[in-house]
Amino acid sequence: MDAVLIQLLNGLDKGAAYALIALGLTLVFGTLGVVNFAHGALFMLGAFCAVTFQKILTLSVKVVDPSITFFVAYKEQPYLEIWFGELGLSIIDYAVPLSIFMAIPVMLMIGLAMERGLIRHFYKRTHAEQILVTFGLAIVIQEIVRHFFGANPIPTPAPDIVSSSAQIGTWLGLSENLVYPWWRLIYLVFSGVVIASVFAFLQLTTFGMIVRAGMFDRQMVAFLGINVQRKFTIVFGIAAVVAGLAGVMYVPVLPPDYHMGMDFLVLSFVVVVVGGMGSLGGAVAAGFLLGILQSFASMTVISELFKGIDQIIIYLVAVIILLTRPRGLMGRKGVMED
Amino acid sequence: MLFEKKQNELTTMLIFSAIVLSMPIWLDPIGANYPDLLQKFAIFGIFAIGYNILFGLTGYLSFGHAIFIGVGSYTAVWSFKLLTMNVIPALALSVLLSGVVAVMVGYVSLRRSGIYFSILTLAFAQMFYNLAYSVLTPITNGETGLQLTTKDPRVIDRMFEAAGDGLPSTELFGISMSGYSGFYFCAVMLIVAFFLSLKVFNSPFGLKLKAIKSNQHRMKYTGYNTRPYLLSAFVISGMFAGLAGGLMAVTDPLAGAERMQWTASGEVVLMTILGGVGTLYGPLLGVAIIKYLENIFSSINEAVLYTLFDFLPVWLQDSMVVIVMPFVGEGWHLTLGLIFMTVVIFLPGGIIEGFQKMKDRFSKTNEQEKLKQGGE
Repeated sequence: MDAVLIQLLNGLDKGAAYALIALGLTLVFGTLGVVNFAHGALFMLGAFCAVTFQKILTLSVKVVDPSITFFVAYKEQPYLEIWFGELGLSIIDYAVPLSIFMAIPVMLMIGLAMERGLIRHFYKRTHAEQILVTFGLAIVIQEIVRHFFGANPIPTPAPDIVSSSAQIGTWLGLSENLVYPWWRLIYLVFSGVVIASVFAFLQLTTFGMIVRAGMFDRQMVAFLGINVQRKFTIVFGIAAVVAGLAGVMYVPVLPPDYHMGMDFLVLSFVVVVVGGMGSLGGAVAAGFLLGILQSFASMTVISELFKGIDQIIIYLVAVIILLTRPRGLMGRKGVMED
Repeated sequence: MLFEKKQNELTTMLIFSAIVLSMPIWLDPIGANYPDLLQKFAIFGIFAIGYNILFGLTGYLSFGHAIFIGVGSYTAVWSFKLLTMNVIPALALSVLLSGVVAVMVGYVSLRRSGIYFSILTLAFAQMFYNLAYSVLTPITNGETGLQLTTKDPRVIDRMFEAAGDGLPSTELFGISMSGYSGFYFCAVMLIVAFFLSLKVFNSPFGLKLKAIKSNQHRMKYTGYNTRPYLLSAFVISGMFAGLAGGLMAVTDPLAGAERMQWTASGEVVLMTILGGVGTLYGPLLGVAIIKYLENIFSSINEAVLYTLFDFLPVWLQDSMVVIVMPFVGEGWHLTLGLIFMTVVIFLPGGIIEGFQKMKDRFSKTNEQEKLKQGGE
């Protein structure tokens, strides 16, 4: 029971990352009809927003270390500590969650620039060419990041207060051994909030209504005198922000390196396809579903039964779904059909 | 008519063979005359030619061809380990086995087209890559990669002679397959591959593949079942990739799983597009350019740059080095990505199309002038 519950939680937080990336991908598919292979790079850029923010906060100056008296020793002291003392230190401690505030505008700008600068010239081209150009862009972004941050993963810890594990077992009245890292729990809740706000934005605001209408019948909306293109550009920006936020908060779980984007890209494409092209709900559901499946497949009981199943389960499911339910789990008719 | 075509093919093949076989001579002045690099030209040439048969003719964008490179390499190394160091059985087995794998992957993936096909092949590529690292480690030797050892059985070799000391090297009936002889062997393979691709391009089969690219629905309405043709194209290109993978093992007998990563398939897409997708010579041109530039760019370091910009005043020299540095050496992939994007954006037909356009423009201006003169 405990083991099942812990695997469920593990799966949920992995699935949360897949769901967030796949949500952005689907938004772009559904509105602009563009297959964006650079979406993984946006996720990676989000993660590096957090790294950059932390680097800025910890800008340091060399000062004499008073604790060593034998000789004159120097130590690095962040400016924030010098200026604000204890408060400064706790700001540094909270670097990752605080970097959200930097990531939102930065990712929005990157998204808008990408759409206006490159993607919009590719609406009329074939899907193969869209894939190729965004694949090229992903390589370029990845290499630029590597140039500035190096090839090694950069560990960026979560705030001290949540670095321990939550006693989930005790809360639920189950075994005391059932513990789960706080940060992963936070990631789960956070992704829930982001997903909910994207859906609320699309369902409850006038802007969202126009976007949904545009996804349904773009030409008709344009006939009504609405500048659909501009709305869709903003949607691309939002998709970039969602991917970026997924990346920012994932940093304490997985130290970011320059090719994390490519690693997640393939998985999130698979998620989108399983969920059904163009279906937002499908993308989210498939993200969590595949995350959970993957984590159950890595349980010892199952991996002893079918060797290596944990490595390929997601792809296997994708292949089966694509062949038996061509539109995915919740795909609409007529979206990206051959 | 038919005779004329045959004659044309013959001259093309003769010229092509002459160019490929004389590569060590005419590549010498531009500093590309290393056996290692020449072998790469030939091997990736075969890979790209094969890939072009699928992507160029049918328009099906596959990200799974690294699988066949991997299968080819592992098969060849196993053949060296178990049977003999002779390359012929190794290559035959690589081609055969990668063909079998291609039939399986292709049969499933080709049920869908367009982006779904790309994603299916992507999924298969990841599956094979992950398996090579986990469950299949007895076959692939995991992260270390598969290598030759002195304890290998090599049954066929043992029948004729006793095992010598040290690691044997790959050979073709006594001729060692390293250095220039290795290149000439790869070059012959390349010529054979090119001949096959020429035959496919000029055959009714090739025409059907082109028809699938231009309008699959219409093709179906005329009564063709397109899937067998697509599957044949997929398997042929998979076998070419398997041959390339086998040759990689021939020139350097070890195989690692990183060859199977899907970004490795991305590389061949890049070369094909750069040269000109769907054209006979384009992929080869792309391979030559990318491998040559890779060789040059990744060897440049700061010191080389300083001597390169030696003629400039010191401050300008420093800033030039700072500007250029990110694009060379380790940063070669950045340059590659930029070149690739530029080509896709401005010249989707690749360099061959660029030549064609320039030719058209010149001939057009000539014609217009003639018309003008005639009018006056």
